[in-house]
Amino acid sequence: MRRLFDDELADLDADFTEMGMLVSEVIQQSVDAFMQRDAATAQRIIDHDHDINEREIKLEKKTFEMIALYQPVTTDLREIVTILKAVSDLERAGDHARNIAHSTIKMGSKQKVPVLEQLLGQMGQMTTQMVQDVLKAYVNKDDQEAQALADVDRKLDHMNHQVREHSYEQMRLDSDFETGASIYLNVAQDLCRIGDYVTNVCEWIIYLKSGHIVELNSASEAD
Amino acid sequence: MAEEILTTQDLHLYYGNKEALKGINLNFKEKGITALIGPSGCGKSTYLRTLNRMNDLIPGVTITGTARFKGKDLYAPDADTVEIRKEIGMVFQQPNPFPFSIYDNVIYGLRIAGEKDKEKLDAVVEKSLRQAAVWDEVKDHLHESALALSGGQQQRVCIARVLAVSPEIILLDEPTSALDPVSSSQIETTLLNLRQDYTIIIVTHNLQQASRIADRTAFFMNGELVEVDATKNIFMNPAQKQTEDYISGRFG
Repeated sequence: MRRLFDDELADLDADFTEMGMLVSEVIQQSVDAFMQRDAATAQRIIDHDHDINEREIKLEKKTFEMIALYQPVTTDLREIVTILKAVSDLERAGDHARNIAHSTIKMGSKQKVPVLEQLLGQMGQMTTQMVQDVLKAYVNKDDQEAQALADVDRKLDHMNHQVREHSYEQMRLDSDFETGASIYLNVAQDLCRIGDYVTNVCEWIIYLKSGHIVELNSASEAD
Repeated sequence: MAEEILTTQDLHLYYGNKEALKGINLNFKEKGITALIGPSGCGKSTYLRTLNRMNDLIPGVTITGTARFKGKDLYAPDADTVEIRKEIGMVFQQPNPFPFSIYDNVIYGLRIAGEKDKEKLDAVVEKSLRQAAVWDEVKDHLHESALALSGGQQQRVCIARVLAVSPEIILLDEPTSALDPVSSSQIETTLLNLRQDYTIIIVTHNLQQASRIADRTAFFMNGELVEVDATKNIFMNPAQKQTEDYISGRFG
């Protein structure tokens, strides 16, 4: 029997996926803008950050409404809770894309350090791929894929450490590099945080499927 | 570890040729609340009524299997239904106070049993009405007609009437379905207070009621027990798809 609840849930689900795609795009743009030192795009990302926040609030309101009006249980409840929790994770991932945009503007035309550029380029690619994959996993309710993405998160953490080592090394070689190094460090850190939020969404996908609350990134190194 | 106070094994009940209970295996430990849920006609009320032999009076009923209270067969040839119903009391859907005073309603069972000691009767009336959480509302009107009370108060007086004979088990058949939400919530609070001292089995169509008050929930369907588990598991992550479909309103 098709219920009114199912229609509302389908709408909620579509809105959530749409927000996910928006966040995914913004992250991709912020990474590209940083790699190309494209301050104009970075500024646009900063100016439009409120779009993501507004979508988050709209989705939260809708989930509260559905909980109050339908009093969902079992799978229904898990779908709603998953969206309610994952939507905050997506919004925060979006905040880090905005941070990267700020870093891009701060970086201006400072000299590029090839080894760091290469590492950050890879991290950026991994992170944007991760965001796309988590959305796919959500749409397909694929808990295996969600589980697998936690490994990518661990790789990101590892690369973050490499960025740190190289940045310190560069600072030793060139004391004027301090500001540049701090920006590289911040961007790597922001990408790592995005990976953490994606991992949180993975945990909610597993919860949605199984009803169990798991901790996927407990092994990841805390920064 | 609480003892199993009530057990039913392979319990079948037929109304003529129609099999209404298809071999129920369900046991109850002492104390706590178990809710029986399921769509209309699933057998939950029939099952509840077998537990204090309320089906005896229905013509054409056949019961097989065993139902035991503290190890004693409820359907043994020498089983005394009056004794059984003293141990296993029942509260019905419609509040059904007798057309007497509140006081006489509560002591009805004791008076039939021949109790005449006024002091003892007074004490039982107060204790039972307090346990049923209605004492403060009726203490100044004990000798007025119980029929003058609101539905919710009548139902709590009916609970007091059951408590007065000191049962071990209280069966309730949709006790709040005729009541407004405030009265329902008072009955629920009453039951929550009683769950430490009594074994309570409640049939309810109100799923939120089951989830609010029951320690354990049993889902019935087409005369079968589909699943019984801690209420939290039934409402968060039931093992059977039928249970999930029913409690999330996909059918029933």
